[in-house]
Amino acid sequence: MSIDLGVRRGRLGESVARPDGIPKVRGQIAFSSDMFAEGMLWGHVVRSPHPAARIRAIDVSGALKIPGVRAVLTFDDVPGRKTYGLDYPDQPVFAWDCVRYMGEAVAAVAADHPETARRAAAAVVVDYVPTEPLTDSTIAEDAEPVHPLGNVLHRQKVRSGDPDATGVAVVEGYYETGMQDQAPLGPESGLAVPAEDGGIDLYIATQWLHIDQEQMAACLALPLDKVRVHLAGVGGSFGAREDLSMHIQICLLALRTGRPVKISYSREESFLGHVHRHPAKMWYRHHADAEGRLVKLEAKIILDGGAYQSSSMAVVMNAACMSPGPYRMPNAVVEAVAVRTNNPPCGAMRGFGAVQTCFAHEAQMDKLADALGMDRVEIRLRNALKAGDALITGQVLTGATPVAEVLRTCTAAPMLAGDPAALAELELPGGAGRTAERGRVRRGVGYGLAIKNLMYGGGFDDYSTARCRLEDGVATITCACAEVGQGFVTLAQQITREVLGVDNVVLNPAATVGIGSAGSTSASRQTWMSGGAVQAACLAVRERALALVSARHGIAPEGLEIVDGRIVSFDGEVDVAVAEAALGEVLEETVDYHHAPTEELDADGQGNAFVSFAYSAHRAVVDVDVDLGLVRVVDITTSQDVGRVLNPVQLVGQIEGGTAQGLGLAVMEEIVLDHGVVRNPSFTDYIIPTTLDMPPVHIAALIEEPEPGSPMGAKGAGEPPMISSVAAVVAAIRMATGLELNRAPVRPQDIALAGTGLSGGSMTSPNDVEVSK
Amino acid sequence: MGELIDYTLRVNGREHDVAEAWLGESLLYVLRERLGLPGSKNACEQGECGSCSVLMDGELVCSCLVLAAGAVGAEIVTIEGLTPGDDELSDIQTAFLAEGGVQCGFCTPGFVVSVHDLLEHNPNPTELEVREAVSGNLCRCTGYGRILAAVQAVQQARQG
Amino acid sequence: MLVFLPKSLEETFDTLEQWPGAQLLAGGTDFMVEVNFGHRRPEAVVCLRKVAELRQWRLDGDEVVLGAGVTFAELERPELAELLPGLAQAARTVGSPQIRNAGTIGGNLGTASPAGDSLPVLAALDGRIVTASRKGARSLSLEEFVVGPKRTALEPGELIAEVRLPARLGSQEFLKVGTRNAMVIAVANVALVADWHAEAVRCALGSVGPKVIRAGEAEEFISSRIDWAARALPDPGDMEQFAALVRAAARPIDDHRSTAAYRRHAVGICAQRALGRVLAGGSAQGQEGQAWVS
Repeated sequence: MSIDLGVRRGRLGESVARPDGIPKVRGQIAFSSDMFAEGMLWGHVVRSPHPAARIRAIDVSGALKIPGVRAVLTFDDVPGRKTYGLDYPDQPVFAWDCVRYMGEAVAAVAADHPETARRAAAAVVVDYVPTEPLTDSTIAEDAEPVHPLGNVLHRQKVRSGDPDATGVAVVEGYYETGMQDQAPLGPESGLAVPAEDGGIDLYIATQWLHIDQEQMAACLALPLDKVRVHLAGVGGSFGAREDLSMHIQICLLALRTGRPVKISYSREESFLGHVHRHPAKMWYRHHADAEGRLVKLEAKIILDGGAYQSSSMAVVMNAACMSPGPYRMPNAVVEAVAVRTNNPPCGAMRGFGAVQTCFAHEAQMDKLADALGMDRVEIRLRNALKAGDALITGQVLTGATPVAEVLRTCTAAPMLAGDPAALAELELPGGAGRTAERGRVRRGVGYGLAIKNLMYGGGFDDYSTARCRLEDGVATITCACAEVGQGFVTLAQQITREVLGVDNVVLNPAATVGIGSAGSTSASRQTWMSGGAVQAACLAVRERALALVSARHGIAPEGLEIVDGRIVSFDGEVDVAVAEAALGEVLEETVDYHHAPTEELDADGQGNAFVSFAYSAHRAVVDVDVDLGLVRVVDITTSQDVGRVLNPVQLVGQIEGGTAQGLGLAVMEEIVLDHGVVRNPSFTDYIIPTTLDMPPVHIAALIEEPEPGSPMGAKGAGEPPMISSVAAVVAAIRMATGLELNRAPVRPQDIALAGTGLSGGSMTSPNDVEVSK
Repeated sequence: MGELIDYTLRVNGREHDVAEAWLGESLLYVLRERLGLPGSKNACEQGECGSCSVLMDGELVCSCLVLAAGAVGAEIVTIEGLTPGDDELSDIQTAFLAEGGVQCGFCTPGFVVSVHDLLEHNPNPTELEVREAVSGNLCRCTGYGRILAAVQAVQQARQG
Repeated sequence: MLVFLPKSLEETFDTLEQWPGAQLLAGGTDFMVEVNFGHRRPEAVVCLRKVAELRQWRLDGDEVVLGAGVTFAELERPELAELLPGLAQAARTVGSPQIRNAGTIGGNLGTASPAGDSLPVLAALDGRIVTASRKGARSLSLEEFVVGPKRTALEPGELIAEVRLPARLGSQEFLKVGTRNAMVIAVANVALVADWHAEAVRCALGSVGPKVIRAGEAEEFISSRIDWAARALPDPGDMEQFAALVRAAARPIDDHRSTAAYRRHAVGICAQRALGRVLAGGSAQGQEGQAWVS
């Protein structure tokens, strides 16, 4: 079948086909792991097997002797700053005096063949003296420092209203979420090519090219213009690539050997080599009045940041500020803290901070409803935030706040889960394992409602840069926005067509060369920020085209308007396509797009710290084999507050994909740690949902209330589906089993052995925690 | 690294000579690094994700688990071999695009091969049969909804 | 050449004689994982893909003789599923469709993982493993063949040639507990066979010990309590006692996949359910996908 998908060139609001889709389905797109260069060497990183150890000596002589090995590097070989990091540079490029987590990089080798590189890495002898790892986040604050900078990575308190307020209904709970992994299919890979100017070109899959460049330049002791980062094809991200992976190590190898060097992590290395989602321990106490109106929240949230800081600050801030959920909370005493341990470092993962607290606040809302004899949906509607309400940070919600509508549309949607009796054997809990006995399967329904802050905030002046160039009827967009699968490349074309009316839109490859930062592909920010930058650059070009027409025809610009990509005068005399108007000229505009300023939070967590928020609701139906504790998620329905639908099929993709990751955290995904040792760094034992685990996702409603301040009225959509889904699935399991289940992921033994004391998880609060006032 | 070996593989209808290869290389490695066929992907290299799926003598297998030198004499078909021509796409590939079944695209080649194999053996599978047939292909981006819609679209087009 | 592709058993033995340390390779679904991760670095490999004798199966009277190279996908298909229904159920749970196309019964035995899905079925059917070498053939029970976790009684120069199992024996059930609905290593698996002629129940447990465990006491107990003529259990309370004896036979451990307590609990439940199905007459008799109704 021959198809010309290029014909489907649409504008905003249409399900436009992605421009990189054809190479992707043909297997022709070059992911970072597909990169190749003549004469390239293969690199391999030497990693610590210990979660905590002193290093007495590193002996590379054995590795150097192996034929085919071209370089073996350690901390001594780092010419510039020896450390890097997002919030601040606390993580060594190569460890020198000690290692602080299992998997920490100690050395790197380059060789002719990947197998040689692997053997050489194994031949590097590190004299470790293992020490007792700190792995309990609840004692980390007062424990022996894991790092000279101390064990508190960041703390955020939020205090609003009356700390002594009480309500007649009081419910408490202790909740835990485990360490989830982003598990993108594309393993970390890069190709570093040394340049004639003494600089380096790095082709890599990443989320934020310019922040990578900045950190690399500092460590490589090179000026920024000699460090060039080029985006290679990204096989998914979800936060895993926000921190550096091999960037500095691979560049050092290339610069040392004078040859291109490629590194491609194995799946095990990938698990060890990127940050994970902060595990959380949360103590919550809700006060409400007799009618179920929330009075006060007391919460203490401890996030295990692992060995290095990464982006813990933002995670803590989000957790603290989103801790009550999308509800009016007149009084609050909240504290969130991220602590340092010898567990694997944690940082950005889709939803960061809000996933954990949503799990807690939704469980609490259900408990509160039950305590008051109220309907669980009703209590949420009664407290749902509206425009004009304030968060516990004092920020008044001035944007689109359709919380109640999101929930109502979701709960009102028809229940499409099939009759349990009609299910095929393969559809029962346990699947092909055929373990289920129909009489012992119970069905439950649960709800989750979430709020997520979109983009960064807290006074950080986030921006994105884009350039539009119109020449010979072709619009070329340059933007360093990292396409990780979410479909920004499609959107960029749609925006350009919408604004300029040209069909032919070319996207330049994303790189640090010749264009400023687009910021990170995270925090649901790119549609707004980089979309905003592209739009602004196109608008600037359009203005110039308008000016050209105005000058040529002697009509004031106010006498012209743009309709469907054509410049027309009110009297109809002038009617010319924008592209035509610019013929013979090259119109190029570069814009830095900034969102409205935000404030830092003060010591009480008060301030207008956020730009915008989005809301989502999920309803989950689960079947549970109550004797074996096996869960089958039968149906998921969701509504989401999206501002405006820019590309329906891509939006659905984000919602379904995020929901799947939420289902994963609810019932199967967890990095299993044993005294800091990762026990399951593989797809065998870190399990993500398959087609037999994911039910259909029904989208009840996409609420399109345009967001003022958003360049196109749209809200970022990537994170919310990941957040309310977890809460909904576990709530459904609670309904099916009658069990408290205060932990995600829910394990079979948590259900099957509940109450026997044999479930083996930390179902009870480790110690009494004072929620400090 | 031990003695290096030479052998010939038959891939996508053509003979390919492999020279001085380490004997332990998987078919996935050889396809990607020696034969210029990087369409099959390396997400786990232990048969747990399906992104390296190829057809070997008409059977769907994970190429990461095939010893390349042991595949001598087999007919191997990769994603490149299932792509019609320079400017064309198969109906499966088209449907994946049209239905939004492609996000990052890392799992896509493996899925296309698996779906091709499914429909060769079972032209009109039920949704459950589709799910079971591709249960060895992981996707982290899409949540599978649009992928299943793509398979359905192919089925409908082929029937009608 | 350090990778050999013999076309017959004779050729295979010749090769093994010349290269005594050579690795035998069938589907590769276990071995190649080790190689890809750098845990195994073979110096010589004998690929069995083209040895036709190993890939065939036949019915020999009332015995099915499976070549060691018969794949899980083949075991799932109607012809073999009708003869060996419990094994077909087990095959369906192995890995993924890709794995099932390549993985073989011989490979499952050769790896001898405590969690190997075919192994409890082989134990419950009292299967025989036939090895072959220049010196001749040996016939071993599963108990004799698997000597420990991932350790077999295979001697140098010897390979697994056949697995011999009774055809269409009684009613068979295989249940596997995993934390995902596809592509999952068993946290516990149970095979149960009700041999109506011999009036005996056989119950084998996997993933709850270093090797497959036959729950002998449980088998004896329940076999003595079943009304064989009616194919029923007169005293329903015996079900719990059966489960308790199954649990007592298990020797599970805690690991990253699950806990000993859960595994013990799970095999008890599974054994109970398996027994209930064979007594109700609704268990698999070579018909896949048939919804089971309690």
